[in-house]
Amino acid sequence: MHSTTESFLKNFALLEHSLNGESELPLHQLRRRSLERFSALGFPTTRDEDWRFTNIAPLAATHFRPVLLPEPHSITPAQAAAIGYAGQSAHRLVFVNGHFAPGLSQLGEVGNGVAVGNLAAVIKADAGVVEQFIESLPATRPDPFAALNTAFLRDGAFISVPNGSIIQQPIHLLFIGAAPSEATVAHLRNLISVGANAQATIIEEYVSVGGGNPTFTNPVTQIAAGENATVNHYRIQHEQESGFHVGTFHATLERASTVNSITFTLGSAIVRNNTNAVLGGPGAHCTMDGVYLANGTQLVDNHTTLDHAAPNCTSHELYKGVLNDRGRGVFSGRIIVRQDAQKTDSKQSNRNLLLSDTAIIDSKPQLEIFADDVKCTHGATIGQLSDESLFYLRARGIGLAQARAILTYAFAEEVVEHIAIPELCDYLEALLNTRLEH
Amino acid sequence: MSTDLETIQHVTESEYKYGFTTDIDTEVIPPGLNEDIVRLISAKKGEPEWLLQWRLKAFRHWQKMEEPAWHNVHYPTIDYQSIIYFAAPKKKANSLDEVDPELLEMYEKLGIPLNEREALAGVAVDAVIDSMSVATTYKDKLAEKGIIFCSFSEAVREHPELVRQYLGSVVPYTDNYFAALNSAVFSDGSFVFIPKGVRCPMELSTYFRINALNTGQFERTLIVAEDGAYVSYLEGCTAPMRDENQLHAAVVELVAMERAEIKYSTVQNWYPGDKEGRGGIYNFVTKRGLCAGRASKISWTQVETGSAITWKYPSCILKGDDSIGEFYSVAVTKNFQQADTGTKMIHIGKNTRSTIVSKGISAGRGQNTYRGQVKIAKGAHNARNYSQCDSMLIGDRCGAHTFPYLEVSNPSAQLEHEASTSKIGEDQIFYCNQRGISTEDAVSMIVNGFCKEVFRELPMEFAVEAQKLLAVSLEGSVG
Repeated sequence: MHSTTESFLKNFALLEHSLNGESELPLHQLRRRSLERFSALGFPTTRDEDWRFTNIAPLAATHFRPVLLPEPHSITPAQAAAIGYAGQSAHRLVFVNGHFAPGLSQLGEVGNGVAVGNLAAVIKADAGVVEQFIESLPATRPDPFAALNTAFLRDGAFISVPNGSIIQQPIHLLFIGAAPSEATVAHLRNLISVGANAQATIIEEYVSVGGGNPTFTNPVTQIAAGENATVNHYRIQHEQESGFHVGTFHATLERASTVNSITFTLGSAIVRNNTNAVLGGPGAHCTMDGVYLANGTQLVDNHTTLDHAAPNCTSHELYKGVLNDRGRGVFSGRIIVRQDAQKTDSKQSNRNLLLSDTAIIDSKPQLEIFADDVKCTHGATIGQLSDESLFYLRARGIGLAQARAILTYAFAEEVVEHIAIPELCDYLEALLNTRLEH
Repeated sequence: MSTDLETIQHVTESEYKYGFTTDIDTEVIPPGLNEDIVRLISAKKGEPEWLLQWRLKAFRHWQKMEEPAWHNVHYPTIDYQSIIYFAAPKKKANSLDEVDPELLEMYEKLGIPLNEREALAGVAVDAVIDSMSVATTYKDKLAEKGIIFCSFSEAVREHPELVRQYLGSVVPYTDNYFAALNSAVFSDGSFVFIPKGVRCPMELSTYFRINALNTGQFERTLIVAEDGAYVSYLEGCTAPMRDENQLHAAVVELVAMERAEIKYSTVQNWYPGDKEGRGGIYNFVTKRGLCAGRASKISWTQVETGSAITWKYPSCILKGDDSIGEFYSVAVTKNFQQADTGTKMIHIGKNTRSTIVSKGISAGRGQNTYRGQVKIAKGAHNARNYSQCDSMLIGDRCGAHTFPYLEVSNPSAQLEHEASTSKIGEDQIFYCNQRGISTEDAVSMIVNGFCKEVFRELPMEFAVEAQKLLAVSLEGSVG
């Protein structure tokens, strides 16, 4: 275990070497501090409460080659279009192994001060902005993976929507992992700020191509929603089966803003999603939904935190899991209602479907309430497909396997139907269908 | 409130040694904990060698353990070397006049008989002797049916083979920090054995155990119900109990064989500290029941209103097929009280069922945490669990927290967990006021309605007292 922690420390020296003068910037001090933090924390074990159901030993035991600079790749634009969401988008940013691939990306027109680009370019132009944004990520809990991400910070998406701007079409971010010859790691950082009265929709998609070597994707996405802003964020993860994915999402919401976050987890051997939102201004609303599928020996872990820090906020959370074969699901949802957050209305629900004798689910919905005039509920259910429903379908000539697939699909589809973009709905429904047919 | 402490201090300073019913001398041993102390405790109690060895094993294990820190309660570090581990008899007041008047007022409100009040307040009076004789009468009646109900020390002397067979079988000394500590230094407690097919004819309660109240801070209870037996056991008392021991670490073990049923009810109302949060009992309890046989049933009911810190998770291991576990709890925290309580339901056998109903009420600056685990093992086909955790907040400085853990490894399991948080609405109070019901009564009524599902599970006379207790506990919380 320790040897890998050390291998990351060694890689950091390589990174410093490759920075070429950028290491003089204050931003690099932030990297150094984060590395120290990571080396102090080390990789978590199942003895840590936040990781008690998720054993990342296989991840910690793998040596990953850091991709410090953009490397040539053989992915064609047609290939990139075929492996991800192909619906209409205002901008499409493609990253390969953690670095921006301009040849595969399509940047639409930007105006009115909208900025859409890659982080490495922004660091070159104005590292101060990036540093400030990153510093705003609250380190409430010791999170070694977020620290590791900051330490190896190089590239990612940078989106800034100024006050009052509305971007109609979604912005599609496609992250491709490619490990043809050896295991690789990508630490992506996506910074998204949406100003007052502005609106944007972001699709964040993780895929992989070719090569059976494991990839380790360790992205951190930060969203800052200004007053009265609306941000829709869709995260779709369907990387290869031998991959590892530890994704952190953090949103801060100002007064009367809305953030809708939906997370689809379909791929990789071990996936951990840390999804956090701080409702910092009165009247903010956050929806946090998710669907997770685990087949084979997959492990999908969703840790969510909804932090109600201001009064009159509402939040709605629905996570649905389908566990098959030897798949393992973990759900931990925290709702915190601070002392000042009176009139909070928060609903959390976690529903799980166990389809095989060997599937396992660990669910941990939590409420921490410090204010008295609040409405908070949470619920969790774990069950199987109802015999009556199966019988109903079979009585109508539908085979058992298909009947099960239909009912399972219907179970997961509830989250998809909240999506306002029909093309994306279709895409996700197709993804779900392909997965459930197996 | 500071006068309270003074009064208590004054009361406790007046020295009067009340003898134990056991043969322990009132000898003072130095504070601290080491193997010699463990040996000394064992020797004082005249225990057999195997029990001493068991204590020593527990002590050695305890030394290797670390105090848990995962709980949601905060307290200053406990110095385990400053505690006197030998069950030193409690210092007694000479008469009720020396007892804290607020305590007496509480007894008045709860309608506790005079002689019991004295006993509860820790006054040495003849009333205790009375209750002893009562206890003896009951004991004869129980003995006729073959039921053993006695103090733990007595059980060790009279029925060593039974104690040896079951002690530590449900809560091994390695279980947790406080259970290990208890295993090493436990003072006394109760032992109940119900033979095959016997239905215990009465509730085994504290009422005739008043003389056994001095079992000290490390109590150990062991209840064994053989095939088809039934027993209902009541622990604690609604009346507030004064005690100068700050740390309490008790262990309760229940064993239910085939078709046996054990109902264990607790009302805990120890000194919660004053309004500023000073003093108060730290209550770290390990309670666990083993449904060993087929179709056995263990039911925990608890009303927790006392103690500065409550840390307890009465659990059921549902090992036998078709066995049933139940947990009903009302926990009230006010002022600076903290409670981290809940249950564990471990489903191992087929068709096992469990029900969890937890009601938490926080007032003032109280912090109330429900922490529960429902675990369905691989072989536990058709297991069923229903959990409901409701919290009520009174005032804007208190907190209510819910941490359920659901761990399922069998697809045929059906689990439901629901939790909600609410407060007493102004409109509800207004509705009552309008109909001539005072605010205080309205609150008491609403709270009792909130807790009804749990009170229903309590033996009747206990339920009535629990309702009164709740009303008294929450007095002045709503203004």
